Amino acid sequence: MTDAATNGVPILETHGLTMRFGGVVAVDNVDFTMSEGELRCLIGPNGAGKSTFFKCLTHQYKASAGRVRFRGADITGSHTYQIARRGIGIKTQVPSVFDGLSVHENIWVAARRHHGRREANRIVEGILERLRLSALARRVVGQLAHGERQRVELGTVLTGEPELILLDEPTAGMTHEEVNQTTDLIREINKTTSMIVVEHDMQFIKAIAERVTVFHQGAILIEDTMANLEQNQQVRDIYLGKQHAA
Amino acid sequence: MTVLGVNLRSWEALGTILVLVVMVVLLFAGPQIFDLFTLFKVTLFVAMAILALSMGFIWGYGGILCFGQSAFYGLGAYTYAIAVGNIGESTGPFFLAIIVPAAFAALLGYFMFYGRLSDVYLAVVTLAVTLILYNFMRSTAGEEYAIGAQRLMGFNGISSIQPINWPGDGNAMLFPDEIFHLSMGCLILCYAGLKLLNRSYFGRVAVAIRENELRAELLGYDVRLHKLQTFTIGGGMAGLAGCLGVNFNSFVNPDVFALNFAAEIIMWTLIGGLGTLVGPVIGCIGLLMLKFEIGQQQITNTYLIFGGIIMVFVLAVPAGLLPTARQLADRFLPGLGLGGAEVESRREAAQ
Ligand SMILES: Nc1ncnc2c1ncn2[C@@H]1O[C@H](COP(=O)(O)OP(=O)(O)O)[C@@H](O)[C@H]1O
Ligand SMILES: [Mg+2]
Repeated sequence: MTDAATNGVPILETHGLTMRFGGVVAVDNVDFTMSEGELRCLIGPNGAGKSTFFKCLTHQYKASAGRVRFRGADITGSHTYQIARRGIGIKTQVPSVFDGLSVHENIWVAARRHHGRREANRIVEGILERLRLSALARRVVGQLAHGERQRVELGTVLTGEPELILLDEPTAGMTHEEVNQTTDLIREINKTTSMIVVEHDMQFIKAIAERVTVFHQGAILIEDTMANLEQNQQVRDIYLGKQHAA
Repeated sequence: MTVLGVNLRSWEALGTILVLVVMVVLLFAGPQIFDLFTLFKVTLFVAMAILALSMGFIWGYGGILCFGQSAFYGLGAYTYAIAVGNIGESTGPFFLAIIVPAAFAALLGYFMFYGRLSDVYLAVVTLAVTLILYNFMRSTAGEEYAIGAQRLMGFNGISSIQPINWPGDGNAMLFPDEIFHLSMGCLILCYAGLKLLNRSYFGRVAVAIRENELRAELLGYDVRLHKLQTFTIGGGMAGLAGCLGVNFNSFVNPDVFALNFAAEIIMWTLIGGLGTLVGPVIGCIGLLMLKFEIGQQQITNTYLIFGGIIMVFVLAVPAGLLPTARQLADRFLPGLGLGGAEVESRREAAQ
């Protein structure tokens, strides 16, 4: 473990993070902190600002105000590729993959940035195995099902062994079987990596997370365990109620 | 079947070998099979083919939509003419004709890529730069416009440009057949070089960026720098083409920067097929031959016919000649198992 970890410096902190689109405040003055090794879930109704929060963290959007610190270092002004190199990996809500390339090529391009030629080939085989993509290795990614493309995207993220992984709705479009496998996979990844997962599936969240952060209208409404949140009337009203009713 | 590590079970590999063989045969047999006039013409085609390759590379592989690739061709041509007019020995000018356009591409690219210009704006800016060069060069007829001993000559253009000589001896100028050999040799090197580049780490990242810039950035690639490098390579290669092009008739004028020429290069690429290297070369030579033919008669205007052709292609063969031919071959000769990886997986998907 690094000094930062032993000193108890949070792996990720935001201070007053704000993102405005014209009149819409998509992320509103968010102070967010999580510690090394944590697996945090983000929940909140559609439009709550979860995806925008992720985009600000990875500088896909330049935040209107506020700071982002990763392991104590200020990364607010860093470019997207620099943030990736520091060790933040992200699986976006809409799968972002190289559609015209094969599964193997997708993961190879990702792996090769971190490793030499031989090592990259070895890593690719490992990732294909781990994500059960070996049989699809030569298929063009654009032709795969949504769930498969999500796995390819996760594969590209894992090649760099990031220290923090952001997953935006990883189980969307997955079968029950695939959700179970993803649950196991996330648990396994979390043994070595801190994670933030945006999800709607309550069973899934209970299975993976201890602490849950609730977003509402761009701001953090509350942070607690899933068990406590289920008893919280405010949360039920804005979010869980709707889900249970649906 | 694998030969020298190349998997022959794909059109791609077969095609590469075939193209190289044809070019090497032409390299040696060209001066024997062509009369002198044809040899001049073929030499010009070869120079243009290098320009087509550069366009096929930056657009088809790098995803950079440059509508002013002719600017780098023109800069190469003028750089050679001006430098050789001053120096009188062609080795330095030859290399300057590559370096100057590459440097110009790097500078222009720096502002475009680091300024995060989107595709369409990039196309417009490159075209605008070309047209600015056109107007500037046309206005340099006065005696005050000279670089060293070489006047720029405005719209009349620079004529009697000294041809390339054997390195070191400014008096030992190359004969037409030797200029053909040099040009063909350059084309082979450019083609083979780009093939290797496209197979390399650099080339694969270029294609990945073409496919999805955001994902490339999220994986830690500096997309701006990578595109800048691709663009610079393309600029240098187009400059080389310009240098060889002026050796065809010892003449260059501002028309190399004109809208017509810029548009022709785009047509070559669209007709031949985006995403291949040979496609744009086929499109280039096909259209140039047609242009020469049309030029022989007075009935109709060249660009009227070109306009018609491009419309037919965009509507009927949108993928371009070469990719369409590959698809057809794969459909009608599936038993040969020649399909490339992509095609194969598509067949798997269909099953
Ligand atoms: N690029 C954008 N331009 C304008 N508004 C946006 C943009 N991206 C997101 N928004 C708005 O910001 C709010 C939060 O969206 P989002 O972060 O996608 O929510 P969530 O991921 O929680 O469903 C929404 O009201 C959405 O319409
Ligand atoms: Mg979202």
